[in-house]
Amino acid sequence: MSEPMLQVTDLHAYYGKSHVLNGVNMEIMPGEVIALLGRNGVGRSTTAKAIMGEVAPVGSVRFKGQEIGGMPNHKISRLGLGYVPESRDIFPTMTVRQNLMLGVKDLRNPGKYTVDQMLDMFPNLRERADNMAGVLSGGEKQMLTMCRTLMGDPDLIIIDEPTEGLAPKIVHQVGEMIAEIAKSGVSILLVEQKLSIALKIADRVYVMGHGEIVYSGTPEDFKTRDDIRKEWLEV
Amino acid sequence: METIVFSLLNGTIYGLLLFMLSSGLTLIFSMMGVLNFAHASFYMLGAYCAYTIMGVTNFWLALLLAPILVGAVGMGVERWGLRKVHANGHVAELLFTFGLAYLIDEVVKIIWGRTSVNYKVPESLDFTLFTLYGSNYPAYRIFILFVSIFMLVSLWYLLKKTRVGLIIQAALTHPHMVGHLGHNVPLVFMGVFGAGCALAGLAGVIGGNYFITDPAMAVQMGPIVFVVVVVGGLGSLEGAFVAAMLIGILQTSAVSINASFADIFGFLGMTATSEVGGITIASLAPMLPFLMLVLILIVKPTGLMGDREV
Repeated sequence: MSEPMLQVTDLHAYYGKSHVLNGVNMEIMPGEVIALLGRNGVGRSTTAKAIMGEVAPVGSVRFKGQEIGGMPNHKISRLGLGYVPESRDIFPTMTVRQNLMLGVKDLRNPGKYTVDQMLDMFPNLRERADNMAGVLSGGEKQMLTMCRTLMGDPDLIIIDEPTEGLAPKIVHQVGEMIAEIAKSGVSILLVEQKLSIALKIADRVYVMGHGEIVYSGTPEDFKTRDDIRKEWLEV
Repeated sequence: METIVFSLLNGTIYGLLLFMLSSGLTLIFSMMGVLNFAHASFYMLGAYCAYTIMGVTNFWLALLLAPILVGAVGMGVERWGLRKVHANGHVAELLFTFGLAYLIDEVVKIIWGRTSVNYKVPESLDFTLFTLYGSNYPAYRIFILFVSIFMLVSLWYLLKKTRVGLIIQAALTHPHMVGHLGHNVPLVFMGVFGAGCALAGLAGVIGGNYFITDPAMAVQMGPIVFVVVVVGGLGSLEGAFVAAMLIGILQTSAVSINASFADIFGFLGMTATSEVGGITIASLAPMLPFLMLVLILIVKPTGLMGDREV
């Protein structure tokens, strides 16, 4: 059994006085795709943010055996942990190509993809390569932001709500793309509400409720657990 | 004709100097989210440093070293001052830069005295370049023009055409995301602050001997630079450029108009006998930038080219 790539132990987080994470425990093995499910407001995005240092983490977050809690975000990134935030944060006044270039951390030591290879893999972006990123559709922006993070050659990507606000057809495309990324061997922590996508690509499922993990299992097992679905997911 | 040509030329030079100051300020604004009240103090520091360096060596070395020195001071201020204050919000930052402006003022008075210093145009540039309509045009002004244009082109190239420029632009709008992509944003910010201060310092080096180098120069220049940044649109370099040129040319032209209100009233067939009649157009020049500021805030609060409200 190898070391977990990411190990989160008793993670707490606070927004002002409100206690949002109540001791989250999770681990992600190399190459694993994990779906983090749960209703709105149970702390899924906050878990992602606390791991990335966007929200001050209390507890232990270890990436490749190293404690990353409190580390500056560029150092976390350089250890090989990529983050695709819910807000997407593309750079609107730059072209798609320029956005992708900014995903490269160090020009002297570029990742396994060049901008052109990335554009070949995702033809939707190829058409838009020299357009300003600000004029892309929501789905295209989501693809761009994932590709941009991939340019930095991460070993684990945390993708927060990638399909939020997208049309059903586009949701499907984004889902395919995440499956594609997973195939390339990158570990993924996917924060997602749409079960259709999450269950198709995940190796393991975590369900959150009230700021902690309430269920952990394989998608096959999860499909048989109506009780978990009723109590923690259905509205 | 003569007046127009000279006004345009002098106005352009003044405008470019204003832009050199406001380009740094507007970049720093994008980064901090508040205006840096101490920005014009770095301009003053540039002039005084150049004066001292020139006294020991020569002008050319001063032209090179003074901006670097001022930039280094700026980086230090960012690294050990602003970065710590930033965590406590905008009001704290604003107060910090306010205090810093006074601090630099006092330091300058202690080191160089309360009266103006004799920072002169170097002899090698102190000659008449050409004579136009019977008036001599000093070479130093054209020198300012060239240095400013060189700076403008370099800045544009750096920001738009290089990878560092892309990282800076992205970091100004999305600092967290840029950090998550593996770029050292605090270092970028320190660099931007330092470079902005160095530009202000450079403006001081070439402007200090064109105007006067005295402890009041920061207080005189500061408000006008703010006007440029706000009129241009907070955070917009293009806007700052347009506003700087506009104010430069407008103000310089107004100074050279040799007419008073009495003349205008006379032209309209009225007579003015009160104090109002004695006001000259030239005397209105210092008011113009602030009039523009007030008007633009009423008409277009985001400034000429900005997208943020003040």
